[in-house]
Amino acid sequence: MAEHDAPRTTRARPSHPHDSAHLHVAGTARYADDEPEPADMLHLAFGQSSEAHARIVAMDLSEVRAAPGVVAVFTAADIPGANDVSPVAGDDRLLAEDAVISIGQPVFLVAATSQRAARKAARLGRIDYAPLPAHVTIDEARAAGSLIEPTQRMARGDAEAALATAPHRLVGGFAMGGQDHFYLEGQVAVATPGEDGQVHVLSSTQHPSEVQHLVAHLLHRSSADVTVEVRRMGGAFGGKETQAALFAAAAALAADKTGRPAKFRCDRDDDMVMTGKRHEFRVDYRVGFDAEGRILALRLALASRCGATVDLSPAINDRAMFHADNCYFLPNVEIVSERLKTNTVSATAFRGFGGPQGMLAIERVLDDVAAHLGSDPLAVRIANLYGPARDTTPYGMTVADNIAPELIDRLRTTARYGARRAEIAAFNARNSVLKKGIALTPVKFGISFTTTHLNQAGALVHVYADGSIQINHGGTEMGQGLYIKVAQIVADVFGVPVARVRITATRTDKVPNTSATAASSGADLNGMAAYNAARTIRDRITAFAARTFGCDADAVRFADGLVRVGGTEMPFGDLCRKAHIGRISLSATGYYATPDIAYDRVAHRGRPFYYFAYGASVSEVVIDTLTGEHRVLAVDILHDVGRSLNPAIDLGQIEGGFLQGQGWLTTEELVFDARGRLLTHSPATYKIPTASDRPRHLSIALWDGENVEPTIHRSKAVGEPPFMLAISVFSALNQAIAAVAPEVRGLPLLDAPATPERILRAVAAQRAA
Amino acid sequence: MMVRFLLDGEVVALDAVLPTATLLDHLRYRLRRTGTKEGCSEGDCGACTVLVGTLDAEGSAITWRAVNACILFLPMLDGKALLTVESLGAAGALNPLQACMAANGSSQCGFCTPGFVMSLYGRCIGAKGAELPVTDVIAGNLCRCTGYGPILAAAQTVERLPRDDAAMVATLRDLARSETLSGESAGQRWFVPRTAAALADLLAAWPEARIVAGATDVGLWVTKGLRDLETLIFIGDIPELQHIDESREGLTLGAGVRYADAHAAFARLHPDLGELVRRIGGLQVRNAATIGGNIANGSPIGDGPPALIALGATLTLRSAGGKRTMPLEDYFLDYGRQDRRAGEFIEAIHVPRPGANDLIHISKLSRRFDSDISAVCGAFALRVEQGVVASARIAFGGMAATPRRASACEAALTGQPFTLATIERAAAALRADFTPVSDVRGSAAYRLDAAANLLLRLWAKAQGEAVSVLELEDALGGA
Repeated sequence: MAEHDAPRTTRARPSHPHDSAHLHVAGTARYADDEPEPADMLHLAFGQSSEAHARIVAMDLSEVRAAPGVVAVFTAADIPGANDVSPVAGDDRLLAEDAVISIGQPVFLVAATSQRAARKAARLGRIDYAPLPAHVTIDEARAAGSLIEPTQRMARGDAEAALATAPHRLVGGFAMGGQDHFYLEGQVAVATPGEDGQVHVLSSTQHPSEVQHLVAHLLHRSSADVTVEVRRMGGAFGGKETQAALFAAAAALAADKTGRPAKFRCDRDDDMVMTGKRHEFRVDYRVGFDAEGRILALRLALASRCGATVDLSPAINDRAMFHADNCYFLPNVEIVSERLKTNTVSATAFRGFGGPQGMLAIERVLDDVAAHLGSDPLAVRIANLYGPARDTTPYGMTVADNIAPELIDRLRTTARYGARRAEIAAFNARNSVLKKGIALTPVKFGISFTTTHLNQAGALVHVYADGSIQINHGGTEMGQGLYIKVAQIVADVFGVPVARVRITATRTDKVPNTSATAASSGADLNGMAAYNAARTIRDRITAFAARTFGCDADAVRFADGLVRVGGTEMPFGDLCRKAHIGRISLSATGYYATPDIAYDRVAHRGRPFYYFAYGASVSEVVIDTLTGEHRVLAVDILHDVGRSLNPAIDLGQIEGGFLQGQGWLTTEELVFDARGRLLTHSPATYKIPTASDRPRHLSIALWDGENVEPTIHRSKAVGEPPFMLAISVFSALNQAIAAVAPEVRGLPLLDAPATPERILRAVAAQRAA
Repeated sequence: MMVRFLLDGEVVALDAVLPTATLLDHLRYRLRRTGTKEGCSEGDCGACTVLVGTLDAEGSAITWRAVNACILFLPMLDGKALLTVESLGAAGALNPLQACMAANGSSQCGFCTPGFVMSLYGRCIGAKGAELPVTDVIAGNLCRCTGYGPILAAAQTVERLPRDDAAMVATLRDLARSETLSGESAGQRWFVPRTAAALADLLAAWPEARIVAGATDVGLWVTKGLRDLETLIFIGDIPELQHIDESREGLTLGAGVRYADAHAAFARLHPDLGELVRRIGGLQVRNAATIGGNIANGSPIGDGPPALIALGATLTLRSAGGKRTMPLEDYFLDYGRQDRRAGEFIEAIHVPRPGANDLIHISKLSRRFDSDISAVCGAFALRVEQGVVASARIAFGGMAATPRRASACEAALTGQPFTLATIERAAAALRADFTPVSDVRGSAAYRLDAAANLLLRLWAKAQGEAVSVLELEDALGGA
């Protein structure tokens, strides 16, 4: 719970640029690989499994050891402690033991005097494998009953009975692909041995505490012996929540064993092969509805490819279930979630964390309902929204902050949805090769870690006697602007310019036992923790000032770099010096735990989220019915960030999230071969959006509102929700494809991502329907 | 011999250079200029973008071009000027472009940012390709955070910056060489000849040598394949291979002409050819990759060859023993096998000018429009006289082991009335021409269907129908 009353202000908060912007553009922002390398630095590479599932019969590493520049080669037998780099389940090996379970899995570790020497040597290992049965696809894993945990069921009412009596019924299904994070900075870690068994790890990680704990266990040390530091990441998007541990652990092992600093900078192609991605999903549904398209019953089956280990798949798939309602009331519903274990790289966290997959599922169901009825999909969406007496989610949480109806209504007006739909129909009547489509889809995204205990954060604030301020907290900076938001919060507490606040690297020796910077929670949790720390110090200074100058505490005011104490005014720094001489502690920790949330995962009932963040988007697309090519022509977004902590930063998150979502649903296709080998392991074959893929017309507006819950300055989280705004692109593509055969009452058969090949196939199928 | 280049106007001289050492590694780990980032090490993300300058033909000014440092080998830098992100801004201050980007949220994680800064700075100082739409200038720079909007906005705000290269021009003149530069270290020998005759002699002496022009392909053999190449001959500094001759008959290009340099001439030959070149790699790749290299490596999915074959291009090969000329399609024998004899190099490509009434249509199909490799690239050159197809040259990439003509399709068209029925028959005939493979860029079925549909696209376009989503987008303009 909050230690201090939550701050609340109605004034607009300033759009300070990202704290490192001036360093980014000058090339002077330091990332892990930019720190000077000591002369005796070792460079690392993994020998990787070539098999999806096999027993290791024999390993001959003599050529590896003899290769030029090689200093040491390690196998699982060399690990002093636990051979584990997993977040929860204990099933991710740093180095394979007697079996391999996916292609690319690390089998041995090479330490050499140069990176090239290490990489070359790593290819010289001779490993004899005895193949074991491998499941690569969802279907193969299903057939074999291969699961990472029991199938989960979330239900309300009697879906089967309601289906039987529904006036209209549909059966459908589709598939959606995974996604590579493609953070521009690849995985990297540098471990430096210290005295008396200590180790320092510079890691590009969203979760320094987890890296710390794993390294400690790996080396058979205590957490207190390991310090993990991260100043910034060159992008992460969930891909460095658990996946960074592998490289940090390898570096720590090599440093510990050799007594020399060791760096693991992963090659891009190896990174794409070896690290987890967004879960690929298969969706099947049976839906019953009335003539207005109102859903009366839904049975939804979600199956995901989790890969070879558990990683965060339980929580990710839970979040898919939590978002399979999106903004819609489902009176009778059964959501069944199968988590399939396959012999592919373990799928992991990625912006939205399962939410996008669940949300795309229900949006497709609604598109299908509308296509079946011949209705405007937006009318069907509106008919299904949560509202009075229709305000409980399938997991039993009341939707208390439902602004979706109002927000959708505003956007449909400002984006001229109705008029443009008519214009598009006219365009489609005139053109035989090119067809357009338009769609409006909303977003409601639950904010909080659904694993309740993770919703806590700590901060450390120092005020120096000159009035300058240093802040530290458990959150990590990956480009999302967390550091500047927290700095603004702290600067506001002391009424000083944000330039007085020095932001420092996230370190496990400053703030311990932190949660990952994930679930969009960074500013909510760390912002409030830092606020609490700053308030503690300010309260001490206030009491001191009141005492010293003989006035009421209420008469002490901090603003514009000055402190007014009764009738006197002085620079903040002057008062700090007086307070120091007056023996007042100017350093404090702060702590925050999200209130009011609780969830029973066995029953799938409770309030997993503190609040919801909302948004909606309208996308207009055009397709080429001869080639399957498409363009996203225009996008209008209205998004809810509560009372923004920093509008410029928030707008950046919205635009970036949208385009990343557009990539997921259009150009970004992961292709595995039948053996489980990833074929799209480089930017030559895996295509994230370029500048020209950004819609030429892209308008983004912030919803003018505030969080109903007492979050930091009544703001809302912004990291993940905008990603799902891109679902309107996929819906609009379906509308465009449907336009090739307007008389057909049925949704085009389109899987995601909507590559030219898939669109062309869907066009052909629609014409044949 | 020393490799010498200018960095921030100062001469850097390197001895015992490994010929496959990359500029990126040299900058980051030798010079500790860590602003230039490694994102992919294969020329596809632009995080390592730097500007490389050469004296123009008159020797009076510097032509700057943005290139990927990750696949640029050090000997290729000899005699050139180099600017990295650290070169910008006087005395630690930001230049106006940097300041604008910093103030406007053009960076989030910041890792791709120095690459964008360099691409856009190049645009501000009139570097190669500066006249292109800004989305083309940065098509070779990937950003995963921003959605590009704030970067494009900054580019619109700061479009020109002053630059005085006078001092550098003088120093570059001093660094110019007329003799072959060569070296040998750690079992690798390398040469940078300055004349075609010297190249021919070197190839006669070292027939197994690997010829490297822009290194956009060979670079990956080193960074990804981890190969050690024994003998290398860098041909990027041979003026005779750089000529561009436009005449009434057509276009003749030295094999060493970079795509960026040929872009305008190709576009003048036919707009579809210009559009195709626009979509070959990003600007950094087109600033390095050469026409000759795109042909010589024999890739089945290279985008230049199908278009050039359809237009009736011929190839001139040269060796110490003489020259020979052949139709371009005859050069490609089979997958990985070309008709290049020991000691030979491609000297020039000649592309005849299409007739005013020729129907030329070139389509590239890929998952992403910019900086992607074709699933299918189809090129059509039809001559229609009095409603009859008098001749047809049709070539495809991505449909076979080599870029190849579609002879059955051509036969189905030639001598037939130019009608939809003929087009449909010709489209069906493609199935006799090609048995494509399924791979990561597309299935065999898609390739066949899409290839056939490209003929329908040609027909629809000839009837005046809108057939391009890109043209539709352009017609709508920005917002």
